[in-house]
Amino acid sequence: MRVKAFAKRNLKEMLRDPLTMFFGLGFPMVLLLLMNVIQRNVPVHIFELNTLAPGIALFGLTFLALFSGLLLARDRTSAFLSRLAASPMTAADFLLGYLLPMLPVAVGQTAVCLGAAVALGLPLSWNLLAVAASLLPSALLFVALGLLCGTLFNDKQVGGMCGAILTNVTAWLAGIWFDLSLVGGPFRTVAYMLPFVHGADGAKAALAGEWAVLPEHLMWVSAWAAAVMVLAVWLFRRRLVER
Amino acid sequence: MNAIEILGLTKEYRGRRVVDALELSVPAGELFALLGVNGAGKSTTIKMLSCLVVPTEGDGLLMGRSIRTDSRRAKEVLAVSPQETAIASSLTVRENMELMAGIYGRSKGQVDQVTAQLGLKQWAKQRAKTLSGGWQRRLSIAMALVSQPEVLFLDEPTLGLDVLARRELWGVIRELKGHTTIILTTHYLEEAESLADRVGIMNQGRLRAVGTPEELKTLAGCVSFEDAFVALAGEEAAS
Repeated sequence: MRVKAFAKRNLKEMLRDPLTMFFGLGFPMVLLLLMNVIQRNVPVHIFELNTLAPGIALFGLTFLALFSGLLLARDRTSAFLSRLAASPMTAADFLLGYLLPMLPVAVGQTAVCLGAAVALGLPLSWNLLAVAASLLPSALLFVALGLLCGTLFNDKQVGGMCGAILTNVTAWLAGIWFDLSLVGGPFRTVAYMLPFVHGADGAKAALAGEWAVLPEHLMWVSAWAAAVMVLAVWLFRRRLVER
Repeated sequence: MNAIEILGLTKEYRGRRVVDALELSVPAGELFALLGVNGAGKSTTIKMLSCLVVPTEGDGLLMGRSIRTDSRRAKEVLAVSPQETAIASSLTVRENMELMAGIYGRSKGQVDQVTAQLGLKQWAKQRAKTLSGGWQRRLSIAMALVSQPEVLFLDEPTLGLDVLARRELWGVIRELKGHTTIILTTHYLEEAESLADRVGIMNQGRLRAVGTPEELKTLAGCVSFEDAFVALAGEEAAS
């Protein structure tokens, strides 16, 4: 009951923010359209829909970190979280309340992005459902990163961390716009130690039906998501009550 | 029956005592005002009693429930209206009330009752961020009341409000007296004098004097409550 009430509030706060709607749903679609137009006007194959669409669907999920981080940071820096912390809500209630409303947003984002890709010519197949499913660990990862930042920083800092740094890091290190092998060396090594490229590669593999490589990518992202979530929960619990 | 029992409550930050062995009993239904200059320890005391800060020593019992060892059950009987207006700004007035009702497991009937009690019905569908400061503060108190608390902490409830809005809120708070035990912190001495059954004056983390406004005036040998406060708080600060 407590989680439901709090999750409902968080979903409303998000959906009533026009920036959420633009960055969450509109921006990835604009990117997809733009890249598709570029592809049609260049002779080489750089932005093919079958690799671009899963990558941009992953990129769109980075905004979940911004949404969850801002929500938590605003609650924490205002007295709202103090009011709720004095209520019977537990740390688990709080985190589930922040996490659960992000999932329908993630599903909606992915559906809009893949739907736009289909409209632009991506063949309609059951594998699109597998792409959406393969992106769930990435969605959890970005929400966990947002909660971590929201626990540690104020809303302006979260805007910088999640809105600027994280989106850029994901954009460059996920292999969305270019094949990381083209750069190679330490850049590629570091990128493959981080979860972002695995999220994108997993979604690409799901679309292509390359099931054998999918578990490795999913496990890599899931391990990162779990580690970041544990850290976020631990810090949040410590900060909820002053010792 | 005492709604609040404070037993040697102490808080230290890096060896500095900001609340020092506080002892106090507040009977059920009483409105107790906690006064003091900035840094006296009022806010830390309220935060400890609201289970937001862990005491270094001592304990507090809210309706017999320990804030140290039984904080989950203590939280079931308390509510806080913080100094800063603590509302969900994008939600409507009613949605804010329903949020708190949901968290405490209260019915929609309780939401209706408190909405009517605090005169918020006309604003029920309006987003909280579009309300004036006075109405936001009223909503903040309503959100605390919807949980039907037995102990209510009002931290500077009228701070920054104009005279009319402040007087309106005094009316709301007066209506609660007798039903709910209230701890009120304020810098407005006339507010404490007008509303409180008893007043406690804190300074340097200690409770220096406790009594009705009249008793404190007699104790300090002053005609006005403000002079009594200055004498009691200032005298102790100088000692």
